[in-house]
Amino acid sequence: MQERVAMGGNLQEVEQKVNRDLLISVTGSVPKRFWVAVALMAFLAAAGFGAAGYVVAQGLGATGLNRPIMWAFFITNFVFWIGISHAGVMLSAILRLAQAEWRRPATRAAEIVTIFSLVNAMLFPIIHTGRPWRTLYWAFPYDFGRGIWPNVRSPLIWDPSAIITYLTSSVLFVYVALIPDIAVARDRTTGIRHQFYSVLALGWRGYPRQWRLQIIAGFLLSALILPIFVSVHSIVSWDFAVNQSVEGWHSTIFAPYFVIGAVHSGVSAVVTVMIILRFLFKWEDYIRPEHMDALGRLLIVVAITWFYFFAMEVTFGLFTLENAELGLRSMQFFETPYSTLFLVFIIAAFFFPVPMWMFKNVRRSFFWMTITTISVNIGMWLERFLIIIPGLARKQPLSFSWSTYAPSVPEILMVVGSFGFVGMSILLFAKVFPLIPIYDVKEGEILRREMKIGKVTIPAVIREE
Amino acid sequence: MAKQDNGRAKWSMVVDSDRCTGCQACVVACQAENNIPLNEEDIFKQRRAMSWIRIERYWEVPFEYTQHPKKPEDAPFDQVKARFLPILCQHCENAPCEPVCPVFATYHNDEGLNVQVYNRCIGTRFCANNDPYNVRFFNYWEPGWPETLRNQLNPDVTVRSRGVMEKCTFCVQRIRRTERTARKEGREVADGEHAPACVQACPTDALVFGDINNPDSRVSKLSKDARSYRLLEDQGTEPNIHYLMKVDPFLTEENGHE
Repeated sequence: MQERVAMGGNLQEVEQKVNRDLLISVTGSVPKRFWVAVALMAFLAAAGFGAAGYVVAQGLGATGLNRPIMWAFFITNFVFWIGISHAGVMLSAILRLAQAEWRRPATRAAEIVTIFSLVNAMLFPIIHTGRPWRTLYWAFPYDFGRGIWPNVRSPLIWDPSAIITYLTSSVLFVYVALIPDIAVARDRTTGIRHQFYSVLALGWRGYPRQWRLQIIAGFLLSALILPIFVSVHSIVSWDFAVNQSVEGWHSTIFAPYFVIGAVHSGVSAVVTVMIILRFLFKWEDYIRPEHMDALGRLLIVVAITWFYFFAMEVTFGLFTLENAELGLRSMQFFETPYSTLFLVFIIAAFFFPVPMWMFKNVRRSFFWMTITTISVNIGMWLERFLIIIPGLARKQPLSFSWSTYAPSVPEILMVVGSFGFVGMSILLFAKVFPLIPIYDVKEGEILRREMKIGKVTIPAVIREE
Repeated sequence: MAKQDNGRAKWSMVVDSDRCTGCQACVVACQAENNIPLNEEDIFKQRRAMSWIRIERYWEVPFEYTQHPKKPEDAPFDQVKARFLPILCQHCENAPCEPVCPVFATYHNDEGLNVQVYNRCIGTRFCANNDPYNVRFFNYWEPGWPETLRNQLNPDVTVRSRGVMEKCTFCVQRIRRTERTARKEGREVADGEHAPACVQACPTDALVFGDINNPDSRVSKLSKDARSYRLLEDQGTEPNIHYLMKVDPFLTEENGHE
């Protein structure tokens, strides 16, 4: 599915236009609506951090947690943001290895979404413990000198290991791809900003050897990051799947089910972010309907695979014919308020967006892609909520301790604030660094050039596959 | 995972549900002995009340009301019986709560006790999720006592701060005290020499505590009783607490007895 839509003019003009447009955030002035968006996001983030401070100061009594619902909004949000972070690898590593042309403008946005949602996700388990200063003792730096080692049987040890590995490799991945663009920014700035970019550009001059190393590093990191792509969310799913005592959690299908669910929500989030950035930075020439079209097709495949795993998870649960499992499922599907949430979840995550994406006009419409992808993420947030809460609320079989859960105001603020924090971080990153890979877009343009020899038109550059 | 006999005592308990009257004396005794914060009304409404031992009350209806199309709630009230089940930490040999703790704040010691190390706990609450008996309690608030109760606190027991998981210890402070006394006097700990607060307070002698490795102790004899069973045995947790079934004098083969 290659569409050869090249920009007008000769190559030099195109390159100048690309530099001008994509570096506008760095060298020129950004539209006013950019700062309005940053201010809004910062306000939400501040509310979230304020709520977190309140919870830490007051103790977890300020939340809606109780016994036996010991995990709720914080963990839901943690799983949700880890899920969003899967977009980065999915879009850039896999599509880079597969050499999909249309990925070019999307990759860095996806990687940045990955990094900031990972950072954001890591905050939640720390706040969740109620005494964050104690959590540092658990994860970093661990005091091995006293001979007390972490319990490697616990999924909560696997979690930070997987997530920190993922974060490190994602940062490296973004940085390697960013070096040529930082060099472009370095050459077009003065003063303190020039020095800042000079340090980060690592002496990039664009020599062939440097390009070769950069490309090899990019490919190697893409390949190395792929196992992490599978492992991170599998490990997050084992936080639940190793629980023998919570009905509806101890399912062996959780790992692939969570991974594909993460891709579903992550790719949707990247589409949303790309459309917002296109609006804020006026990147109409770079993020075009055909990109939305391609992402929409990818989303259809991902969503249907996810639905298959969802259906299998329910089927496996019901297949046991255990009273406890049947009771839990009937509560998830038929008892208020979970029945309402379930209906919203399944419609928002699957039955509304997927038929919509079947239409080419929807896939090529920025408005409808925004609506459908936001809808997917509302649904996927509820999916995590519906996995975590009902199982704990009806912890079988000692029915004496059954409980219910209602989130408190600080918990809701923190969930809202997490969106603000990620949004603000992405926008500020886009102000400092070009969020559409400049060299990648130029490369795409070169590959799209055609030349006429006699009566035949052939590609100007032939790439070795 | 049967416990090997390592020459140490293995503390165990027998709960005779036939003798339990549901009086909750054990609950109060435990509360006083172990410095458990007061369960005031608002704490209770938040569903964060703590009681290391609790009496679960279930209603038992005649057998035919458990069969479709009859419903349990239609049973005539004079045939409905209240059943009491004291539930405390089962000190499982194969405890599900232990492997999930990332910092070893809960582990199994060589006397069969499932031990909680308060100052190592960081509050992930994973153990509470993986605990099928719901006997782990989290300090959501910093515990506080009225001024008049200050001197009531037990000096042998830590006061837990907020953010810490806690649960029944089998009154380990009492076990240690008796062991110390016995060692000082150069003798073995005798059966029934010490007991947790709940056992001591039980007016009907429904709770029996002792060393199950000692074949002559009351606990090891009672645990071999025909009525003996363990709670949620199908979960494979190998609990250290043995329950004795309720004896129903009116139960015959016609009304549901197997």
